[in-house]
Amino acid sequence: MLNTSLKQLSSLLAARKISSTELTQIFLSRINNLNPQLNAFITLDGEKSLAQAKHADEMIASGHSTPLTGIPIAQKDIFCTQGWLTTCGSKMLSNFVSPYDATVVSRFNQAGMVNLGKTNMDEFAMGSSNETSYYGPVKNPWDTTAVPGGSSGGSASAVAARMTPAATGTDTGGSIRQPAALCGISGIKPTYGLVSRYGMIAFASSLDQGGPMAKSAEDLALLLTVMTGFDEHDSTSLQRETEDYTSALEKPVNQVRIGLPKEFFGQGLHADVASAIEIAFAEYRKLGVTFVDISLPNSSLAIPVYYVLAPAEASSNLSRFDGVRYGYRTAEYRNLEDMYRKTRAQGFGAEVKRRILIGSYVLSHGYYDAYYLKAQKLRRLIANDFQEAFKQCDLIMGPTSPTVAFNIGEKNNDPIQMYLSDVYTSAASLAGLPGMSIPVGFGEKSRPVGLHIIGNYFQESRMLNVAHAYQQVTDWHQREPAI
Amino acid sequence: MTLSIDDIKRTARLAQIETSEQEAQQTLEQLSAIFELIAQMQQVDTTDVAPMSHAQDMVQRLRDDQVTETDQHLLFQSIAPQVEADLYLVPRVIE
Repeated sequence: MLNTSLKQLSSLLAARKISSTELTQIFLSRINNLNPQLNAFITLDGEKSLAQAKHADEMIASGHSTPLTGIPIAQKDIFCTQGWLTTCGSKMLSNFVSPYDATVVSRFNQAGMVNLGKTNMDEFAMGSSNETSYYGPVKNPWDTTAVPGGSSGGSASAVAARMTPAATGTDTGGSIRQPAALCGISGIKPTYGLVSRYGMIAFASSLDQGGPMAKSAEDLALLLTVMTGFDEHDSTSLQRETEDYTSALEKPVNQVRIGLPKEFFGQGLHADVASAIEIAFAEYRKLGVTFVDISLPNSSLAIPVYYVLAPAEASSNLSRFDGVRYGYRTAEYRNLEDMYRKTRAQGFGAEVKRRILIGSYVLSHGYYDAYYLKAQKLRRLIANDFQEAFKQCDLIMGPTSPTVAFNIGEKNNDPIQMYLSDVYTSAASLAGLPGMSIPVGFGEKSRPVGLHIIGNYFQESRMLNVAHAYQQVTDWHQREPAI
Repeated sequence: MTLSIDDIKRTARLAQIETSEQEAQQTLEQLSAIFELIAQMQQVDTTDVAPMSHAQDMVQRLRDDQVTETDQHLLFQSIAPQVEADLYLVPRVIE
């Protein structure tokens, strides 16, 4: 049951071979066994989960079920969930029980999915290793001395360890794709604006995008169909027809042209990752796709641009955390200003403070043009590069991250090395394009390697189709860590 | 460009984050390295490039000026650090 696809679980539930209550109990017991070791969940509440499962069983019994009714899912702790502690991985929100549901959470609730718990994450989604969490690092189930990636590290670890069949994640510069790659699972960041950001605690609003994480592309397609859609509560939510992302999964892929940007295969890419990616390409050649060489000349500037724009937006978004209306407030203070300063100094961790300072600096008087405006102009050039490239190809492929999962503690004193873990993912984020990662084998120390697939705006169906075709002829997505 | 310890202290004040002398020194070292990375942006000429502020070129939606949210202040204030008479309490600002 633990390694079963969502489609199979759906059939088993519909045929009453298993109840949602039984299924939920199976996963809760798996979590109880493994979470002490992996630290993938911040909050668990078996009673609430089982109450939802009971409700799902009633939906099935009364014939009101959807394809996902009764299937458990874990929510990244960035999504406000009514009645659940919602910490965003921070001391600042360590006492925040959300009074409302994020739209993503309501959509899955309405579909009858069962919330298994809230997953660990880098504090305010700022990190690539899940080591900045106030609740301690998450372990990678393939090797517990390795990081799971971040910021959606808890979700990735939980899916990889089969503690949940699915999870939500959010991606600002790579936070779904990089942990998916490092944990050997599948994850997709949709086109910016497809998934509502209402109730998703903001980091960098022009980049943040929620998406599903699961074992396979087929699972992702089912989840994405429920997760996307217009939401009037989010001012940047796109008004467009809803799509059934499962409908194109089985299409032939032999007409698909795949662009390989030379910038994604240069210096910095480790040989073990490069070789796993090459083998995946060989598989794709057998499926009949055509590869074309392309270039994204400005993509090498994606990391510098990202580390101006994302912190700038974060410094503004995180100004709301001041100890007045909710969250942490310092115990002793002399006056209002002292209360703000102490609350923020004590409530935020080192990486969050670092990014708030970068953001405040680049937006401050005299520096705006040199940094913020310059970065916005480069963002345009980076986005234009992709549009040029998509004249020659349908999709773009490359490695998701330059290395396999690194060791816990290896990079957390070197912010720059940590930032470079997202060197291939942040360009697509800046352009607002959809990106996904699927497992394609193992590199050094038998740690997973992810293949990065980038599409043009709204090409999720085609990306999932191409990923699914690969997963029909390989079994990397079905491999389980021996834990 | 080089960051100074005064830049760090001024920025921390702007961001309302209390910072000790020792923290400021450590932050200076880390931020200097990050700004070296950011300086790579200057390699590219961006004259005449229109800044891109958002992933989607879209205009803000308008809606009728009608109340759409219900009053839930008791629920929201139930998680506040300090509340009195339906008001959020903060230290006295005006003596």
